[in-house]
Amino acid sequence: MLWACLLLPQLALDGVLRRRADNSPLVLVDGPLNARTVVAVNASARAAGLRIGQRLTAAQALLARFEAMAYDASDAQRWQQFLAGVAYRYSSQVALLPHAIVLEVSKSQSLFGSWQMMERRLREDVGQLDFRHRLAAAPTPHGAYVLAGVRDGQTALSHEGMLRLLESVPLHKSRLPPAAVDALPRMGIRCLGPLLRMPRDGLQRRFGAELLRAMDRLTGDAPAGLDLYLPPDAVDWTVELSHEVENIAALVFPLKRMTGDLAAYLSGRDGGVQRFVLRLEHRDAPATDVTVGMLAPERSAEVLFDAARGRLEQVQLPAPVLALRLIADDLPGFVPAGRDLFDERPATALPLEQLRERLRARLGDGALYQWGTTIDPRPEHSQRISADSEGPLDPRPRPTWLLDRPIPLRGALRIIAGPERMETGWWDGGDTRRDYYIVETELGQRAWAFCPPDEQTGWMLHGWFA
Amino acid sequence: MSAVVPLSHLLDARQVWRGEALPIVEGEQPTGWPQLDAVLPTRGWPAGALSEILLPADGIGELRLVLPTLARLTQGTRPVVLVAPPYLPCAMGWRQHGVNLQRLDIVDAQAQQVLWAAEQCLRSGSCAAVLAWPRQADDRSLRRLQVAADTGRALAFVFRDRKHLANASPASLRLELATSPRNAIWVRKCRGGNAPSQPVSFDHIQRFSSSRGEGTGTCPILPSEGGRNPAVSTMAHQRGSCLPDSGLHHPHARKKPSA
Repeated sequence: MLWACLLLPQLALDGVLRRRADNSPLVLVDGPLNARTVVAVNASARAAGLRIGQRLTAAQALLARFEAMAYDASDAQRWQQFLAGVAYRYSSQVALLPHAIVLEVSKSQSLFGSWQMMERRLREDVGQLDFRHRLAAAPTPHGAYVLAGVRDGQTALSHEGMLRLLESVPLHKSRLPPAAVDALPRMGIRCLGPLLRMPRDGLQRRFGAELLRAMDRLTGDAPAGLDLYLPPDAVDWTVELSHEVENIAALVFPLKRMTGDLAAYLSGRDGGVQRFVLRLEHRDAPATDVTVGMLAPERSAEVLFDAARGRLEQVQLPAPVLALRLIADDLPGFVPAGRDLFDERPATALPLEQLRERLRARLGDGALYQWGTTIDPRPEHSQRISADSEGPLDPRPRPTWLLDRPIPLRGALRIIAGPERMETGWWDGGDTRRDYYIVETELGQRAWAFCPPDEQTGWMLHGWFA
Repeated sequence: MSAVVPLSHLLDARQVWRGEALPIVEGEQPTGWPQLDAVLPTRGWPAGALSEILLPADGIGELRLVLPTLARLTQGTRPVVLVAPPYLPCAMGWRQHGVNLQRLDIVDAQAQQVLWAAEQCLRSGSCAAVLAWPRQADDRSLRRLQVAADTGRALAFVFRDRKHLANASPASLRLELATSPRNAIWVRKCRGGNAPSQPVSFDHIQRFSSSRGEGTGTCPILPSEGGRNPAVSTMAHQRGSCLPDSGLHHPHARKKPSA
């Protein structure tokens, strides 16, 4: 067994920062109203001297202008769930610990390569999503959790190696029950190593069974007792905007984030999404729903962003937007498009699916189609929007342009060929009795025109032999 | 006074631009019209470039000019895209010309989006050919199409009214279709050579009839100069009189209405 621990030291702050495009000083505060304490600071606030643990009043004395937001534990939890979904890509055994995600990776190594390669990929994934993180690996999940808390990048591939690394871990970083962590240093025990070598019965007498259980979980002598994470089958994420947005362009940044997150989540699940809804929430007006539908399940971040942006840009906002919500109920399986090994397209080619989505996003869902022939002899019904063609080739000449509906054709005409009697359509009330001719106009155009049977007057133009 | 420098050194050092065009690749995209191929410097459509086709009116053979090419290209893997065609492409008519409809995509676009859509298709590199009918196009937008066609290695066709002939165009090839005194193609501009002074005759109607006759063993339409030739009328009429049967065999057919 090899467990990796992804420690997320400032989950709540990262969650807030990643939906802001600017880098102005920002702190998260928590605690009772009259004694607000800073619990997280971003880089520019830290540069100004703000520290975690300061009173908000002290911080305000240090820096005149900064933004203070309330720490939202449920928000942090949501981000942790989301990252667990991302980690689910690498392992089927993913569990949540406070501020951390642990995943079992030994079984995934045959797919992703050695732990070093997997570590690189994990860091890349989480780094791209803009979450600060620390990684460690050890044979037990709690061991990895402790090692990640001490230093980034610690790896213990064997049980002995883990014990060696744990040897010098100070007790206040050991994540053991707080009562023991408080009392043990006063007995001269400051590191984990000596503690693990202490006689168990004495420890049990002094600190109860809880400490021993925690130590056993740490060394792997007892089961880890973790509840494994299961990815949900639907996505419903909300981004609350920091101010009221009246311009669609200002939604592009959070949208890019959301579609990127969706892509990361989907690849963790090995699924795709074909249809999702962007809900723009307003203060007083009912929410505006923008439905994004695609031709096939997709999960590439660019395709999702392109499709969503194209549709969003056509929306007229009835009121300023307070929050952006992404809802995807149906997450079908994803089948990557097959590619030819000897593809004749240029190397830089945009995949056809992506081109189609891009056109549909801007021009409308029905703007891109193919015609297929039917077996109906009436020209009005002779073709339909379909990828398949029915029926054999018509031996009679058919024009290349067809008019949507026939229009009167005036001027001098010369009959080239015809008539072709069309007397059909009795079965659905669309009776047609016409004589079709190929005629030439004064301009030299070849037209496909019809008139009532045997009349050769009252010409109606129905197509061009272009 | 500087020393005399041999010309070849300058040329080898690539410091002198010789004003030479890129080498012309011949015969990559034959038009399917041997007489037209013969006068074009590329012996066919310029590959990865824009061809502009100027028309006095719709329905004078502009599609038949490109249909042999489209029939050939739609047999491949990359699709052909029609952007904002002025009428519905008649599916059966295109099939009769050998076009594989599964590789033919139609894009409906509003007037101001036509050029954008055409450029996206060309630039993507996923399309074999893009045919566009822009309502308004200026020199700059056509140049964009030309660059996009080059990037995506696709054939670009733009169909425009003949009145634009007076304006300069960045297209590699400009053809003008004429119907009087006879059907003909004027090559107005071709990159890599001088435009011929004589038009190329364009006998699309005869050719279509004869090729259809060979293909199916029947010749339903006899092009006749007289037009009201009673023999033609009678023959076609007899064929026509049996037409109502064609619906009887499929009384339960239900179709989506076209368009």
